[in-house]
Amino acid sequence: MSEPSPDTEARRIATEARDRARFEEEALALADQVYRVARRLVGSREEAEDLVQETYARAFRSWKSFTPGTNLRAWLLRILTNLNVDRGRKIQRSPQTQPLEETDYYLANKLASAGGEEVLETDEVVERLSQDSIVNALSEIPPQFRDVVVLVDIGDFSYADAAQILDVPIGTVMSRLHRGRRALKQHLAEEALS
Amino acid sequence: MGAPCDRCEELLQDFLDRTLTDAEWREAEDHLGGCDYCRRRYRFEESLRRYVRTSSMERMPPGLMDKLSELRGLDATA
Repeated sequence: MSEPSPDTEARRIATEARDRARFEEEALALADQVYRVARRLVGSREEAEDLVQETYARAFRSWKSFTPGTNLRAWLLRILTNLNVDRGRKIQRSPQTQPLEETDYYLANKLASAGGEEVLETDEVVERLSQDSIVNALSEIPPQFRDVVVLVDIGDFSYADAAQILDVPIGTVMSRLHRGRRALKQHLAEEALS
Repeated sequence: MGAPCDRCEELLQDFLDRTLTDAEWREAEDHLGGCDYCRRRYRFEESLRRYVRTSSMERMPPGLMDKLSELRGLDATA
């Protein structure tokens, strides 16, 4: 094969620069959503900020490995969750594992018995829970369950996307989601009634 | 609360996720139509999910976007 002419080479470089700039713009447009997930996966704002910066640094370096037309948000979140596994979990205290035999109606029943049935008629129950409640409750859930709850219930990812991001089978996503939601309710009940 | 309510509770999460089969959906709706207890609990779960989502609608801290923008053009070998 002959060497590409300088002209073809210049065109290739220009195309690559344009593709790269487009990729970066699209990735940056998702930063709020990426931050939101990060914020709920780690304990503090500062850690979330660091994690998002590391994610974008890695994403921008390896932009060529992204396949245009596929889900960029899921691709970014996959980088983020991998980084979070690498960095955070070593230093995070391991949450006590507690039995999760409680039922889906657990929190509703608990609040009903504490506050009377009328609590359930309105969103009043939610008023008992502050924004900190959710942060605290999430931090108490074992990480593998928390990741799934954050991706699906906060990040709005489908089961299939969450499976792809976390590199686990879809059935695992569903069972972790199930356990994660129950664990969340258990901790929210403790928050609400404390 | 008896067996039909247990069954209804089993269907709860998939109901809210909209992943029930048509037959299961009808089963849940039939039961909810006549059971005040489960209806309250379904409503509660719905508002709880809204709470989980909306309580997390936090915007990025100011300045983070600038930091991210500065990362553009990072070299693969850097």
